[in-house]
Amino acid sequence: MAIDEIKIGGMGARQRRVEDNRFIRGKGNYVDDIVLPGMLHMEILRSPVAHARIRSIDVSRAWEIPGVRLVLTGEMLAARNLAWMPTLSYDTQAVLATDKVRFQGQEVAAVVADDPYIAKDACEAIVVDYEPLPVIVNPDQAMAPDAPLIRDDKVNQHDNRVFDWEVGDRERTEQAFAEADVVSTLELHYPRSHPSPIETCGSIADFDRSTEKLTVYMTTQAPHIIRAAVAMVAELPEHMIRIISPDIGGGFGNKVPVYPGYVVSILASILTERPVKWIEDKTGNLISTGFGRDIYLKGELALRSDGRILGVRMHTTSDHGAFFSDAQPSKFKVGLMHSAFACYDIPTAHLTATGVYTNKAPGGVAYRCSFRVTEAMYFQERMVHAAADDLGIDQAEIRRRNFVRDDDFPHRTAFGFLTDSGQYTKCLDLGLEAVDYEGFLREKEEARKQGRLLGIGISTMTEPLGAGNSREYDILGIKMFDAAELRVHMTGKAILRTGAKTQGQGHETTWAQIVAHELGIPANDVVVEEGDTDTAPFGMGTYASRSTPVAGAAVSMVARKIRAKARKIAAHLLEVSEEDIEWELGRFYVRSAPDRGVTIQECAMAAYSNVPDGMEPGLENHAYYDPPNLTWPFAAYIATVEVDPETGVWDVLRVVAVDDCGVRINPMIVEGQIMGGLTEAYAMSSMQFITFDADGNCIGSNYMDYLLPTAWETPGFELHEVVTPCPHHPIGAKGVGECATVGGPAAFVNAVMDALKDTGVRNIDMPLLPDRVHRALTTGADVSGAPPVDPDAP
Amino acid sequence: MSSLFNEVTSTRSDDVPVRRVTITVNGETHTADIEPRLLLAHLLRQGLKLTGTHTGCDTTNCGACTVLFDGRPVKSCTMLAVQADGHEVTTVEGLNTPSGLHPIQEGFKDEHGLQCGFCTPGMMMAAKALLDENPAPSEEDVRWALAGNLCRCTGYQNIVKAVLWAAERMDDTEAEEAS
Ligand code: FES
Ligand code: FES
Repeated sequence: MAIDEIKIGGMGARQRRVEDNRFIRGKGNYVDDIVLPGMLHMEILRSPVAHARIRSIDVSRAWEIPGVRLVLTGEMLAARNLAWMPTLSYDTQAVLATDKVRFQGQEVAAVVADDPYIAKDACEAIVVDYEPLPVIVNPDQAMAPDAPLIRDDKVNQHDNRVFDWEVGDRERTEQAFAEADVVSTLELHYPRSHPSPIETCGSIADFDRSTEKLTVYMTTQAPHIIRAAVAMVAELPEHMIRIISPDIGGGFGNKVPVYPGYVVSILASILTERPVKWIEDKTGNLISTGFGRDIYLKGELALRSDGRILGVRMHTTSDHGAFFSDAQPSKFKVGLMHSAFACYDIPTAHLTATGVYTNKAPGGVAYRCSFRVTEAMYFQERMVHAAADDLGIDQAEIRRRNFVRDDDFPHRTAFGFLTDSGQYTKCLDLGLEAVDYEGFLREKEEARKQGRLLGIGISTMTEPLGAGNSREYDILGIKMFDAAELRVHMTGKAILRTGAKTQGQGHETTWAQIVAHELGIPANDVVVEEGDTDTAPFGMGTYASRSTPVAGAAVSMVARKIRAKARKIAAHLLEVSEEDIEWELGRFYVRSAPDRGVTIQECAMAAYSNVPDGMEPGLENHAYYDPPNLTWPFAAYIATVEVDPETGVWDVLRVVAVDDCGVRINPMIVEGQIMGGLTEAYAMSSMQFITFDADGNCIGSNYMDYLLPTAWETPGFELHEVVTPCPHHPIGAKGVGECATVGGPAAFVNAVMDALKDTGVRNIDMPLLPDRVHRALTTGADVSGAPPVDPDAP
Repeated sequence: MSSLFNEVTSTRSDDVPVRRVTITVNGETHTADIEPRLLLAHLLRQGLKLTGTHTGCDTTNCGACTVLFDGRPVKSCTMLAVQADGHEVTTVEGLNTPSGLHPIQEGFKDEHGLQCGFCTPGMMMAAKALLDENPAPSEEDVRWALAGNLCRCTGYQNIVKAVLWAAERMDDTEAEEAS
């Protein structure tokens, strides 16, 4: 009798997570929990100013403090050729500043001491003499003719421009605009934000002189990339570098790049020959590590009067801070911004992009996002919303009129991506029905008569998740694929290793479910290991919702290889030819005599005790998976809000989410991902942002200023699903982790803009703080959120 | 060795001021010589090796460090260890008993109330304080009680469910015990 797949924790099971067994007991093993014998502690001294020449650094008083073992400055690093390091976008970044500091919070010196308190004391004893320079906090300032040059360290860099880039068909798009009935325009700023996992970044570097081996415990989402980077930057042989990424307290893109703290801790361990632990404080994390967004849009839609979009024109200006260190595929300068409008059937599009340096922290990480896809979809859905208003067409109807139809796949988007599957209208209609769209519109009308402001916002989008394929996607030339290794022991239990790295996504549970689905080995019989480069196969890491599309596919493929070998063993055990063997979950049987069969566990035992002549013993294998395409999940998010006209405060009434992420391996985990994403979407639309005053002081440098919603503010979420399997993924799954972060913000903002429709206000930049909404209500004018802000303003 | 924390048996070699404190943690009494500036969170984590109590911020906002102090929830990152002298502290490690998990722990697992797990110990301790005081909270009560704890992964909905799950379960157990 066939096994019940749900019972063994296979595909579709709401399998409770195995990793929880340690987390709920406080037995997680995060970097800061690890203590090595003789371990020292490192703290980093950061620049208090945003732009200044360093006249001198006096570390003598720091050395005098008992317990101080090492004080490092940029000069000492420079002597070892380590003062600068390459970024993930072919730029350079200072490790410890030598010539200038270029943003507030930049790393200037480091102290290694017996405990972190002493190290902090010693940091305070370091005296740095700064000569202040003019500060740049936005692209207009950066591109002004008399702007100070931020990157005077670079030869041939004569202004603050990082790049100019374009994609799409300029001429055809111009033609479309010439023929348009209406052109709808919108200017927006997607504010700088920070992924801000609750756990900050940290590392423990442990260089063993006797073996010449460097082991680094590190908060990294991509241990193998780090190993490669350390090999290149520190010029250590790759086999002598072991990166261990233990439990990670959330990543969201923040823990992809290489940060100065990691590098300095490694050097400190080499110099002291002791393990050196560095744990960043929250302010250090917020002001210096990879931010997300900070990009401006001038967007135009060429429209026919019936609402059909004839062409899209976008110009983006991205603020990269002091060093261009975006974590993104090397071919694309503004990430996958050109995935915008992928769910709409549009004849032509053109995007131009400019990147600038400013005196702000570097980063541009894919914050719960596939490389600027969040910005792309936000711009898209805000532009569609404005276009509907301009044309006087219903918000849902304009989307329906432009969606790619279900029978139109595969579909080449106006910017050249190939989408492969989806049921866009069905998803939207399901969401509208769930929220009772018509009913809400009536309610809104009624409320309006009483002076109450209700609004509804829709956001629909498909986004590219799961980079590669390796033809188009690489990071620093390293192709984006992933690998899995599966070893089935003789009793039919197994260990699976992948090159991905979970940070809360539940890989230990989900991967075991894929094995259960492919082999019929109960999920509880499979242990999953990730994050140790000495034992895990190569992988590009976990970000950009790529684990299930790429590493998850590798898990499927390796399990299928195991099954193929087990089939041969089964034929041998059953004494029939392989062609006469059939498979049902967990068992091979003889086609003509279904009662005669062997289980996968029996095959495993035979692999070690009774293999056919000429067969290599054992039951293990590995698979490298290079996806043929990205996966394209679709989502429709709908929010309803009420705005208080007196105060500008807005409350979320309902949030309806319809996600089509293909086949769901563990629906419970998928729903958890969606709710987490929706919360970040709500956060960005309502309160969470990092900005700067005119002096380059970071506003949002701690959790008192950088507001994350709590359980009290966070709305409830109503989740719905549609399943359109991915045609090329081995089990039909698509990425999902970031969908709601990507598509969600526009739903909230569109809802507030809908409530304010009568005022004529077209845009308020995120976050829609009550004072911004209030200003829009009272002035009837758009509200820009671009820095600098006046922190003392009421 | 670090001067921050020394079991009383070890000898001290420098002149850093220390205070002797006696603190009961998860039912076990510890005596230690500590620097007056040592934070309770660090005493628990580094001194007593109870690393289930996490620290996630510098400003008393995140609540990852929440422990029970004489039964009340406190943020152990914002309390000096010397202030705990003579008091009782319960950490996440004290939540389960040898006979099994606390219903709050079971609830978090069953309702998928955690993802990365970093906020979880603090969340569970805040939840314990709530349920000790209010065994039958409403959803609103739970959301309010957890408003001092940040989670970046879950969106809270499942955390709230987990706490309500535990409340129900504890109610049942108590009813059973009573009968
Ligand atoms: S670490 Fe104590 S509140 Fe954040
Ligand atoms: S589970 Fe990751 S912060 Fe809450």
